[in-house]
Amino acid sequence: MKKYYIFKNSIYHLSIYLFLVLLSSVSAAAQLTIDITKGNIDPTPVAVPDFLSENPELSQLGEDMASVIRNNLKRSGLFVSLNPEGFLETQVNIDYQPNFSSWRVINAQALVSGRIVSESSNKLRVEFRLWDIFAGKQLIGMRFITKNDQWRRAAHKASDEIYKALTGEIGYFDSRIVFIDEKGSKLNRKKSLAIMDQDGYGVKLLTNGSQLILTPRFSPSAQKIVYLSYENITPSVYLLDIETGKRTKLGSYPGMTFAPRFSSDGNKLLLSMIKGGNSDIYSLDLNSGLSTRLTNDSSIDVSGSYSPDGKQIVFNSDRGGNPHLYIMNSDGTNKKRISFGEGRYSSPVWSPRGDKIAFVKSLNGKFSISVINPDGSDERALTESFMDEGPAWSPNGRVIVFSRETRGRYGSNSIWSVDLTGRNLKKVNTPGKASDPAWSPLLP
Amino acid sequence: MNIKPFAISFSILALSACASQPPVQPAPPPPPPVVEAPVIVEEAPAPVIQEPVVEEIVLPKLPTPGSLEDFIMSSGGDTRVYFDYDQYSLTDSAVASLRAQSSWLKTYTDVNVIIEGNADERGTREYNLALGARRAESVSSFMVGLGVSPTQINVVSYGKERPIDARSNEDGWSLNRNANTKIMSGTVN
Repeated sequence: MKKYYIFKNSIYHLSIYLFLVLLSSVSAAAQLTIDITKGNIDPTPVAVPDFLSENPELSQLGEDMASVIRNNLKRSGLFVSLNPEGFLETQVNIDYQPNFSSWRVINAQALVSGRIVSESSNKLRVEFRLWDIFAGKQLIGMRFITKNDQWRRAAHKASDEIYKALTGEIGYFDSRIVFIDEKGSKLNRKKSLAIMDQDGYGVKLLTNGSQLILTPRFSPSAQKIVYLSYENITPSVYLLDIETGKRTKLGSYPGMTFAPRFSSDGNKLLLSMIKGGNSDIYSLDLNSGLSTRLTNDSSIDVSGSYSPDGKQIVFNSDRGGNPHLYIMNSDGTNKKRISFGEGRYSSPVWSPRGDKIAFVKSLNGKFSISVINPDGSDERALTESFMDEGPAWSPNGRVIVFSRETRGRYGSNSIWSVDLTGRNLKKVNTPGKASDPAWSPLLP
Repeated sequence: MNIKPFAISFSILALSACASQPPVQPAPPPPPPVVEAPVIVEEAPAPVIQEPVVEEIVLPKLPTPGSLEDFIMSSGGDTRVYFDYDQYSLTDSAVASLRAQSSWLKTYTDVNVIIEGNADERGTREYNLALGARRAESVSSFMVGLGVSPTQINVVSYGKERPIDARSNEDGWSLNRNANTKIMSGTVN
């Protein structure tokens, strides 16, 4: 059985080809399964020895690739990457079954054995096998062919396959995060559009900081970003194709447009437009350019977000007095309020899985990244601080990234992530101050 | 005020030692010759005289009518009006300030302004953009109601992106909840 993924990523006019091939047979049902819907109090111990290579020049790369995978698994919160210093068995060849008992002794529940081979002057072949130590069998075996300088992506792809084999869920490691890079003090912030790998590597600035840029969002289906730019007297939403570098001002609206969100197929956009001081939500068909007004009243209507099936929209409105969450049909009909708790609700974003809506709750001077079911039930705060805001989902709907700003004169922004369960709160590494993160889809 | 330096002449006179001589003294020495010391004219040191307070008061230089400074002065020195938490209705002091701004703008009809609506940091970014827009609109529509031409006025919302006070307390927040009337063009120099 054979599976091919071919992708072309030419964001910086660099073409990359990566082939994914299954090595030998794959067991259909993994014995070792991890339920990621519950809070995982005991992360699963996984051993990822440095990838082997017969070529001494590739031995550093073998360490680096294993390290990327270990870090990915560890940051997911679902796994502990065991320290290689404690490993009892040193494999010299990944094509033999490991000595399971020597891995059981150190309590490894899964083992990732990998190898790097130089395929040609600029291509690598990366192979790995994932072993279920307690069942004593191989879960997956795979081969990637990648350009030398794309080895991190191969490690992320491997991480996604491991995550999928162990959890049954699609991973999110071979993906990127677009965000706002911030420079300067609180009273003089320079904000630029930036992008990086989900693990914080490969940061690139996409604008030069001369214009205020806010609230980028990634297309769920393409390497495209929408964001708010203050480059003209009337700030508006722009679309940037990061593969071609082409930038387009979206729509021809008489007022300021902001708060853009893609539909899950990437063909439509929700945004808010200000007319006469009043903000209302519009949908914009990106193919036809046609715009439809979806709210029409004198209250603040902002931050519309489509359900994954595109049939419904969650949005933020203060039509009932304080800002709360409302749901309407995608044609603007049947508006109903879903949040009824104390405090102020804002910035809803529908999970790509459809089961949850993430939002910001403000209560007693604190701000929380929270989740609620689309029917308004099961509201839960996942975080709390002086200012947590701007939630955005990982492509598999299991992790939320957001901005956290510290209090006071020297207050600054950073990017954090938290699991849907509220566990595994972590700061995401960025080169400097950063805000407004948004996750890309998995790279093809 | 400018104090001219003044010249001081110093005369140094040698004194004869003539007083209270002992009674018995033979042959007193001849008195030293009286020498006229040269008149030395020196530059006076910089005066350390405190200028009288009344003379320090400088009549304010009146800004050129129709200039940016003139607008700021007519606004009472602050071109911003301030709002209560999560509010966009105009306070009494905002109304007073905007009346003055409006009458100025009606005089100088070549001037174009942009009303920048701002919010404090205790709200999320997108909601605050909507709130800032309401504040800017409150100012704009008040001005238009007083007869300022709508063509003179643009509006923009910065949400919480343009704070003027970095403190995370009520003092700072109350300053950051504002709408600023910023002149874009049309003033005289």
